[in-house]
Amino acid sequence: MSGIISRGFRGRRRSAETEGRLPPGQYLTTDFPVLSAGPTPRTPLDQWDFHIVGEVEGEQRWSWDEFQTLPRETFTVDIHCVTRWSKLDTTWTGVSLDTLLEAVEYDADYITAFCDGGYTTNLPLEEVTGGRAWVVDTFEGQPLAPEHGGPARLLVPHLYFWKSAKWVRGIELTDSNIPGFWESLGYHNHGDPWLEERYWDD
Amino acid sequence: MVLSETPVRLGWRLATVAETRRESASAATLVFDIPNWPGHRAGQHVDVRLTAEDGYSATRSYSISSPPEEPRVAITVETLPDGEVSPYLAEDVLVGDQIEVRGPIGGYFVWEAAMGGPLLLIGGGSGIAPLMAMLRHHRAAGSDVPVRLVYSVRTPDDALFTGELDELAASNSAVEVIRTYTRSAPSGWTGHTRRIDEGLLREVAFEADLKPLVYVCGPTALVETIAGLLVEQGHDPARVRTERFGPTGTP
Repeated sequence: MSGIISRGFRGRRRSAETEGRLPPGQYLTTDFPVLSAGPTPRTPLDQWDFHIVGEVEGEQRWSWDEFQTLPRETFTVDIHCVTRWSKLDTTWTGVSLDTLLEAVEYDADYITAFCDGGYTTNLPLEEVTGGRAWVVDTFEGQPLAPEHGGPARLLVPHLYFWKSAKWVRGIELTDSNIPGFWESLGYHNHGDPWLEERYWDD
Repeated sequence: MVLSETPVRLGWRLATVAETRRESASAATLVFDIPNWPGHRAGQHVDVRLTAEDGYSATRSYSISSPPEEPRVAITVETLPDGEVSPYLAEDVLVGDQIEVRGPIGGYFVWEAAMGGPLLLIGGGSGIAPLMAMLRHHRAAGSDVPVRLVYSVRTPDDALFTGELDELAASNSAVEVIRTYTRSAPSGWTGHTRRIDEGLLREVAFEADLKPLVYVCGPTALVETIAGLLVEQGHDPARVRTERFGPTGTP
C-alpha cells in the first residue's frame, strides 16, 4: 500500500544539499538525539576493558590505557537512526575493528557486540571489517559523552545506528547470526538504511 | 536482558480516524479504526505516514495511548514547534480521514499486568502517552499491582488526561497520581512545584527495596536525569526502562 493522499498535507521537501545523502524515510537533524532503553551506565576508566572472545585463538583483552596505545583513525561519516533522523558529517576518532581483530586468530562469520547495561547487537563479520567499523571514544574532538555511549561505542555508520552499540565492552565472534537486543524485539537483523531494513519483515 | 517476542506482520495498514479529542492547547488524541489490527501491548508505538498529492511522504513514530483491551487504537500527538508531521495530526486531521499506520513497534518499553510491580511511571509533558496506555491497561485488566504515576508538566494547561487520571486515582486505592508543575501551578495548589530532582524523587518514588518496575518517558534531559538518579538511589538498572520524547521522535 502506498500513496493514500493525506488531504491538505504538504510536508517539507528535501533540500538539494541533502539529496543523495539521506536514505529513504529519513530526515535531517542538526542536534544529537539520545535514545537508550535504560539508564546510562557509568563505568570508571580504571575498570573499563575491551574483550575479543568466542571463536578465537587466544582471547584478547585491552585495558583503557592499553586501548589508547592502539593505532587510531579520525574520520567523518553520516549516521542514520531507525527512528528516522540522520546527522551528516559527524567526526569520530577510534580504533578500527580491523586493527583489533589483527590481535587474534579467528574462524567466525558473525560478531555480537556486548555492552555495559546488557545491550547486545549482531553483525556479519564482513560488515565490520575492511575499514567499515570502529570502536570510538572521541566525538568532534572531545571525549565521547556517557549519554552518547562513552567512554567508548561501536561505530558502524553504514547500518542503522542501533548497530553502533553504546558502552561497548567487547565483541564475541560466532559461527551463527544470533539476534541481539533490538533484533529480538522486532527490529531488522541486518539494518541497512538505504534498503530501509527497519523492522523484522522489511 | 534476554527478551523476545513473537513478531506480527508489520506492513502498512489503512486506518480511519473515528474520533479526535483535544487534550491540551498543543496536544490531541486521534482514535483509529484499523481493520485486522493484530493487537498491541501497553507502551508500544506506531509509525504514521502522511503522503502529499505529489507523492512526497513523511513518517514519524507515536506512542499508543489506548490499552490493548480497546478495539480502537489511539495515539496522542503534541504539536512540535517547526514539526513536519505533528501539526497536521494534532490540528488538521478530521474524523473520517484515512491515514497509513504501521505497527505495533517496540518490545521493551512495555508493561503487561502479568509482569507485576510495584509499577512506577514517571512522565514529562507528552511523554505520558505510553504511560497512559499502561494505566488504562492496569484498569482494564483489573490488576491489583500498586502503581504510582509521577507526572511533571510546566503548567496546568500542559497537563494531559487530568480528569481521567484524577478519576483513576479516586476509584482505585492501588493507583496514585502525583503531579509537579515546574512553571506555574493551579491556584490553591499545595503539591510539588519543581522539576523532579534527587529530593523529590526520593520522596515520591517507590523505595528501591520494593524492586519496582520503572518506566520513564519524556524529554531527554528529564529521562537522563531521572534514570541516573534512580540508579544512584539503589534501583536495579535492569528494572528501569526509558523512552525519549522530543523533536526527533521515539524510541
